Amino acid sequence: MIELRDVHKAFGSNHVLRGLNLTVTSGESMVVIGGSGSGKSVLLKNILGLIQPDQGKILIDGQDVTQLPRDAFLARFGMLFQGGALFDSLPVWQNVAFRLLRGSLKRTWDEAREIAIEKLRRVGLGPDVADRFPAELSGGMQKRVSLARAIAAGPEIIFFDEPTTGLDPIMAGVINDLIREIVTEMGATAITITHDMTSVRAIADRVAMLHNGKMRWVGPIAELDTCGDPYVTQFVSGSPDGPIETLR
Amino acid sequence: MIRALASVGAGVLALLAVVGRFAIFTGQTISHLFRPPFYPREFGVALMQIGYFSLPVVGLTALFTGGALALQIYAGGARFSAEAVVPQIVAIGMVRELGPVLVGLMIAARVTSSIAAEIATMKVTEQIDALVTLSTHPMKYLTLPRVLAATLVMPVLVGVGDVIGIFGGFLVGTERLGFNAATYLKNTADFLEPLDVISSLSKGAVFGFIAALMGCYFGMNSARGAMGVGRATKGSVVAAAVLILAANFLLTEAFFSA
Repeated sequence: MIELRDVHKAFGSNHVLRGLNLTVTSGESMVVIGGSGSGKSVLLKNILGLIQPDQGKILIDGQDVTQLPRDAFLARFGMLFQGGALFDSLPVWQNVAFRLLRGSLKRTWDEAREIAIEKLRRVGLGPDVADRFPAELSGGMQKRVSLARAIAAGPEIIFFDEPTTGLDPIMAGVINDLIREIVTEMGATAITITHDMTSVRAIADRVAMLHNGKMRWVGPIAELDTCGDPYVTQFVSGSPDGPIETLR
Repeated sequence: MIRALASVGAGVLALLAVVGRFAIFTGQTISHLFRPPFYPREFGVALMQIGYFSLPVVGLTALFTGGALALQIYAGGARFSAEAVVPQIVAIGMVRELGPVLVGLMIAARVTSSIAAEIATMKVTEQIDALVTLSTHPMKYLTLPRVLAATLVMPVLVGVGDVIGIFGGFLVGTERLGFNAATYLKNTADFLEPLDVISSLSKGAVFGFIAALMGCYFGMNSARGAMGVGRATKGSVVAAAVLILAANFLLTEAFFSA
């Protein structure tokens, strides 16, 4: 279980998170929605320890993340980055097997390659992709490779940062389905941040809306359209008219 | 008046902040030398990139500089009938000063810029964050192998540069200026002292450390976007070149002031 309690984070005078509270139970797929610059990525980076909150606590299974051994803590996570964040200098299979080629999860070269090819197959890519470099792949293929890397070491918790941004609707649908299937079959806890309402409906068990540095609404996906919160309603409908300020 | 003093103070504080950040970065880099895990494959790749692939540019730079130096000394020496000192001055000039400094500056241009641009791009495209989430410390994986490789391989490059530079002078001296080949070589060998070679190679190690460290520091501290990558690359080369020249002065003072 992931718990964020009264988390604050500011960059200079820009207060991005202002007392954020959120609980994600084990095995649940939580999708966080919110406008651009609302702090969704900052939320994930705070949980991972890539940036430190100014105030508040983040707990994983009841333990403060700052007290946990760093390597063991990170070994429980997988993350799909918005742009893929694949390592240009490594072939695809070494990207996927990165964690299996070094550190506490190290396997032999052949074993790691075998697992990488199996994970690539799981995301719909053939073994011919394994020896290519990320720059030789399309955006959709890069997202799949990044997804394969995120699940390669069998993480308990997976974060998806804007998984469908920049993809055509069909490829976005494929990625959404893959995420849903993989999260279900691995039994992993997932947090996805996205603007894409199709993704939200495909991936989410529950939805949280981040606005003004706090969770404006949290509830099951079935209640998203009927929750009655004007902020959520405006965001879901994509209307420029409503309580969320827009620049025109 | 107060506003002028405040701006001076702000400038000094900003400078001290940069020095402090850089000192911490340097300390962290060195500390990872003694703390596993280590990445020998990354170290090997860095050795090839910084060392082996720099040989052509180092060789050409040294060859032409050695040749030009021989011509200059011959022309200058002729003003007071001292043309015969060409082998000795080429040797001492290349080994003590021009070899290490030129190789250092070429490495700053070729390697520092490349390291800074690569790491800055990795930062901008979230590859550094990805490394962290994959339980890999960016300083261990990116910085230490490059800095260690540059520090170890630069003395070799400087040694090669010194030899090729002297060879450039030898070629010009024997083919263009009429020196006897055996005499030229004997004068060169007789004139050089062990301290000359030790200082040259030591300078190489220090310059290699500076060149790689600057590339890593500016890359890791790059701002977002293409402009950020450009600024990091430019800043790294300028800082490396200036620090190499400053370090050269200090090392020359330390080795030869007595």
